Amino acid sequence: MEKTQNNRAWLLVIPVLVLVAFSAVIPLMTVVNYAFNDTFGNNDFFWAGLEWFDEMIHSERLHGALGRQAMFSAIILAIEVPLGIFVALNMPKKGFWASFCLVLMALPLLIPFNVVGTIWQIFGRVDIGLLGRTLAGLGVDYNYTNDPIDAWATVIVMDVWHWTSLVALLCYAGLQSIPQAYYQAAKIDQASRWAVFRYIELPKMQGVLLIAVLLRFMDSFMIYTEPFVVTGGGPGNSTTFLSIDLVKMAVGQFDLGPAAAFSLMYFLVILLVSWVFYTVMTNMDKEAK
Amino acid sequence: MRIKSSAIVMALYLLFLLIPIYWLVNMSFKTNAEITGAFTLFPADFTLRNYTVILTDPSWYMGYVNSIIYVVMNTAISISVALPAAYAFSRYSFMGDKHLFFWLLTNRMAPPAVFALPFFQLYSSVGLFDTHIAVALAHCLFNVPLAVWILEGFMRGVPKEIDETAYIDGYSFPRFFVKIFMPLIASGIGVAAFFCFMFSWVELLLSRTLTSVNAKPIAATMTRTVSASGMDWGVLAAAGVLTIVPGALVIWFVRNYIAKGFALGRV
Repeated sequence: MEKTQNNRAWLLVIPVLVLVAFSAVIPLMTVVNYAFNDTFGNNDFFWAGLEWFDEMIHSERLHGALGRQAMFSAIILAIEVPLGIFVALNMPKKGFWASFCLVLMALPLLIPFNVVGTIWQIFGRVDIGLLGRTLAGLGVDYNYTNDPIDAWATVIVMDVWHWTSLVALLCYAGLQSIPQAYYQAAKIDQASRWAVFRYIELPKMQGVLLIAVLLRFMDSFMIYTEPFVVTGGGPGNSTTFLSIDLVKMAVGQFDLGPAAAFSLMYFLVILLVSWVFYTVMTNMDKEAK
Repeated sequence: MRIKSSAIVMALYLLFLLIPIYWLVNMSFKTNAEITGAFTLFPADFTLRNYTVILTDPSWYMGYVNSIIYVVMNTAISISVALPAAYAFSRYSFMGDKHLFFWLLTNRMAPPAVFALPFFQLYSSVGLFDTHIAVALAHCLFNVPLAVWILEGFMRGVPKEIDETAYIDGYSFPRFFVKIFMPLIASGIGVAAFFCFMFSWVELLLSRTLTSVNAKPIAATMTRTVSASGMDWGVLAAAGVLTIVPGALVIWFVRNYIAKGFALGRV
């Protein structure tokens, strides 16, 4: 749509601006303040320059958390995106069963994060959980509180359980927007199932897929509550992701300076990746016109 | 009879989604002795004790009341400020609009962990700590951008000629907006409200940090079940089941729009 040039539109944006400035800019400035200053208490601050950033960039602990975080996000995307597409392709197209599937699939998305953690914590326990019991019964040596691999597997399966539906719902919406004529044309051309997917469905899903990847990347990169409830970041540090580490540092140990420097770098990483996504997305919007 | 392969795939996937929930529901009807002692697929000693504990103790059920209060407040605030802004973004181009839009998006990406401590200090210093409005405002951080995005997507679908005709007919902007435009995007408003509700309902880190007693959300109350006498698994499971119920209820109303909402109105 052609938009009218009108700078008075700013007036309509002002409420949002004020609200978000209060709830985002002021706190962010506090973080910036801590990141560059040091204190011995009593609200006396003195300039520390880039000291904290220097410390954090060379910290083994941060590297470890960042590495685990990147690996977690990569694994999550690699599983959830193909699985989500696959599920969307198999969903009923319309009628009662379509609504039925939609509602059931959206269910995990509406469960508070810590309850998701609790569900899986219980589900995986060897003494009282269905999953833990079944695996033990099958002779698998499974214990997510002691074994790092089991802990990782639990956290990943939990996230797949929690969020694959999101990808599937998005792809489903994309598939619904394909006119029936496209499929008929493909049928006349005797296109294979794969060809239909590759040349009709996939291009049509491109837009929603990008949003799905963006949302999943962002949310998995700042995941906190679910793994915290299930494993508490352990065993050892094996499932300590960036947010868990950050909260430990800021609220647990009250190391404000390093935590603030850590926060800023963390935020910048997310911002950078998201900016790339956003640019690609808006360019696609333009091409579509 | 031939069963379609897609039905099998869906059945397996839904089974995968439902089994952990089934186990939680199953546990919530058991006594603690049965949970830890025996391994049963259905409650042998069916009991409602766990639910009675929650629904008769104010420190438990007030958690639900608190959660609902701040979630509703947040939804109302987010939608009312997002509506005019989304209209501006969908209809006009103005100085810095693209940058502003991206800046809003970045707030959706901000890790709550980064904001937990500054929020705590900010709301403590203005005397809002442990109030519902503090949590409602804090959740605006990610809900307002989301609402703007979703509403903007829906508003794009409304032809601009409608606006112009209304102005020619002598409607003032506020009257046009409330009387004509809002009914046109009613489903969009519903979806945006649903998403604000959802993300405010599931968030824990900020709501826990900003409250201690008076506005404590149910999700934080749940940690109480760990006591000296060990875990009260039954009550924990019952509390979990009760947090799923409101979500399950609202999904039904927006089932046909969920996917469009997640796509930020861009399908």
